[in-house]
Amino acid sequence: MIRKLTLAAAMSLAAFAVAAQEPRQGGTLRFTAPYGSSFASLDVHSTNRIQDDIWSKALHRTLYNWDSAANEPVPELIEEVTVADDGVTYTMKLRQDAYFHHGRQMTADDVIFTFTRIMDGAQAYPPARHVRLIEGAVAVERGEAEEISGLRKIDDFTIEMVLVDRLDPGFSFYHGNTSIYPADMAEIPNFDTAPVGLGPYRFVEYIPGSRLVGERWEQFYKEGKPYTDRIEILIMGEAAARDVAFRNGEIDVSVLGPVQYVAYQNEAALADNLLEVAEIFTRNMGMNPNFEPFSDPRVRQAINHAINSDLIIERLVRNKAFRATSWLPIGSPAYDDDLEPYAFDQDRARELLAEAGYPDGFSFEWTATANESWGIAIVEAVLPMLAQVGIEVNIVPVEGAVLSEVVRAGDFQAYIWSNTSGPDPLQTLKCYHSSTPQSACNYVQYNNPEFDALLDAAGATADTDERIDLLKQANRMLYDDAVVWFFNYNKAVMAYQPWVHGIQPNATELAIQYYEDIWIDETSPAAN
Amino acid sequence: MLSYIIRRLLQTIPILLAVALLIFVMFSVIPGTFASSMGDDGRGLLDAEVIERMNREFGLDDPVHIRFAKYVWQLVQFDLGHSFRSRQPVSQVIYERMWPSLQLSFAAMLFAIVVGVPLGFVAAMKPGSIIDMGSMVLAVSGLSLPKFWLGLLLMYLFALHLGWLPSFGYGDGGLRHLILPAVALGVSPLALLARTTRAAVLDIMNADFVRTARSKGMSEARVIRWHLTRNAMVIVLTTVGLQFGSVIGQAVVVEKLFAWPGLGSLLVDSVSLRDIPVVQGCILAIVLFFLVVNLLVDVLCAIIDPRIKYT
Repeated sequence: MIRKLTLAAAMSLAAFAVAAQEPRQGGTLRFTAPYGSSFASLDVHSTNRIQDDIWSKALHRTLYNWDSAANEPVPELIEEVTVADDGVTYTMKLRQDAYFHHGRQMTADDVIFTFTRIMDGAQAYPPARHVRLIEGAVAVERGEAEEISGLRKIDDFTIEMVLVDRLDPGFSFYHGNTSIYPADMAEIPNFDTAPVGLGPYRFVEYIPGSRLVGERWEQFYKEGKPYTDRIEILIMGEAAARDVAFRNGEIDVSVLGPVQYVAYQNEAALADNLLEVAEIFTRNMGMNPNFEPFSDPRVRQAINHAINSDLIIERLVRNKAFRATSWLPIGSPAYDDDLEPYAFDQDRARELLAEAGYPDGFSFEWTATANESWGIAIVEAVLPMLAQVGIEVNIVPVEGAVLSEVVRAGDFQAYIWSNTSGPDPLQTLKCYHSSTPQSACNYVQYNNPEFDALLDAAGATADTDERIDLLKQANRMLYDDAVVWFFNYNKAVMAYQPWVHGIQPNATELAIQYYEDIWIDETSPAAN
Repeated sequence: MLSYIIRRLLQTIPILLAVALLIFVMFSVIPGTFASSMGDDGRGLLDAEVIERMNREFGLDDPVHIRFAKYVWQLVQFDLGHSFRSRQPVSQVIYERMWPSLQLSFAAMLFAIVVGVPLGFVAAMKPGSIIDMGSMVLAVSGLSLPKFWLGLLLMYLFALHLGWLPSFGYGDGGLRHLILPAVALGVSPLALLARTTRAAVLDIMNADFVRTARSKGMSEARVIRWHLTRNAMVIVLTTVGLQFGSVIGQAVVVEKLFAWPGLGSLLVDSVSLRDIPVVQGCILAIVLFFLVVNLLVDVLCAIIDPRIKYT
């Protein structure tokens, strides 16, 4: 099957062409963790934050990796996977050349130990939601069983995994917080402060709030990799500080915000080394159907027509986003190329409002955070556009933690947020299945039996093409019903130094890289 | 003096308890929980069941009065609890960030004292002169300049353009990485110390005992050393003490800008993430630091000025 190149991969072709040089061994890769001023902890199972995924890819490994070129999960610690005819029984042969940093070979026991640990209900580990995919995991979580019945050791290097549904386990087990731990971790001294994993680098030091350092793991199973001797993951949450450090050659990569994106594009020396990726996040305005006007799809459609999204993307977001057509983003296998975004048409908006019984408009409260790309600044730009069709908005400013709480509780009339919309289109669209509670991710309480039927059929079929087609139809239905105001898909931008090669256009999150594939040439200040 | 010190130390207990109660009440009424904060960026889908388990595990579903009683009982046993985020003991979390905070605060105050106090002296010795006016302009600017902006300016100049110093990070904890954040943080107390010193010295210069000393034929150097300095120091030291305590709390902007792993950035992160045990622990640590520093300042003042007697 010919795979469509994602926009991300197309944009990175130039980068790959340069990277066709022979990789150089040695040096220190100075990577940055830009999403805060600390890591949660060195126990990656206890967190679900991207910031911690960034360091976990250096020290740990998961059953699957994310292949940025193919835009899909691929086996990593697994050598071979076979799926039974029932579509839910997976036999996984583990690779036999994977060694933990304390020297022991990885076996099936480690996989079973890891997933059982994650399902310890008393610990409330966030990745439990991924492992629940395995039959019997929930019983362990509830304390009703000690072992996951759907996870069975066949031999030292073979496991059988029975899933609760026809879903690709790769979409769950590429996440960093499902990293495989050694079953003997309790016997490893100071594991919680000096973790032992299967990753390309072994732990050297961690200064909380500053950096994590690893050195090459000589027994890493990919021959000749990692290329660099060391990795330093520097915690730098401030964009302005990263900008200075990057220009000064003190760091090798920097994730750019909208302001820096414009500046870097305008400087020839910097513009040549920008990697842009359409990530799997959809920025949107959710509308509570319990607020009467929003229960009518014509009102929601009117809002989509009333807002000049392209102008806002251009002027406020500085083109650091792609216009959203529906829920699934550009990199999604079920993204519909033929779907056109809602046209900016205020006359049409007024017509729809009149049809819905709001010829004079109405007013509503819009809950938003201070985020520069999908927060109050955007709402303030939208206000006059909605005012022109008679809709008055009152902004309710909140903190990030509060937004999450009010949305899950349904305590809003409208909100603006950036929500993950991938990589598995089926899992993503299930958020809009009527059986999904609002507290999970059906924040707008979408309830459409036809939509449900499409998703159920997509989940039941083993035919990939049929599944994709059904999901495209479901995605189209969300568009037709205007479940949200479809604002944009995030465009992640990473600036990298000219001496850095091998950066991957990871659409799931650009800041997450598989470091073993990155190398630095002799022009790096940290080349030796 | 010893009884005074003991009494002051004992007074910290009700103060710390009052602060603990205040923080507890504040975080009980503001919206948002640790569990809800874990999904605030919309990236990691949060599981309703995990949220429920987290709330149960961390005791967040207990009634407020039960939670407070448990917290006070822990405090009495010198147990600050466990971080929701890292699941480590709060005391360990704070310990890891305490030394960088102290380093930065001490360095900033040292810079402020070494530059600000002499500046204030010189300004006072030559009132109305260019030096006096210049130093006061500097003082006002120092108090007015936003630390974030000043920090960026320092980065651009000394790191990017001159290449003399690194622009960020803790490095090996040595001086090179400490200079820029210390200067950025120290400018504000420097300005205040310069003004305070100038005002104190001007005040004392016109005192009778100084006039008497001069009229007895004492040299100007001796007048400055034995009379002006010693008497001004009491006021200056008091200001130093107050500034020292607040600098550790003000450091958050500088810490975040320079990626300095101190208590300030830990505190702000923990507030955003509603990691309440860490917030409580950080604030208590900062308050305790403030109280101890001011006690030390009071003792020093009594040593410098024998007229001061604490009963």
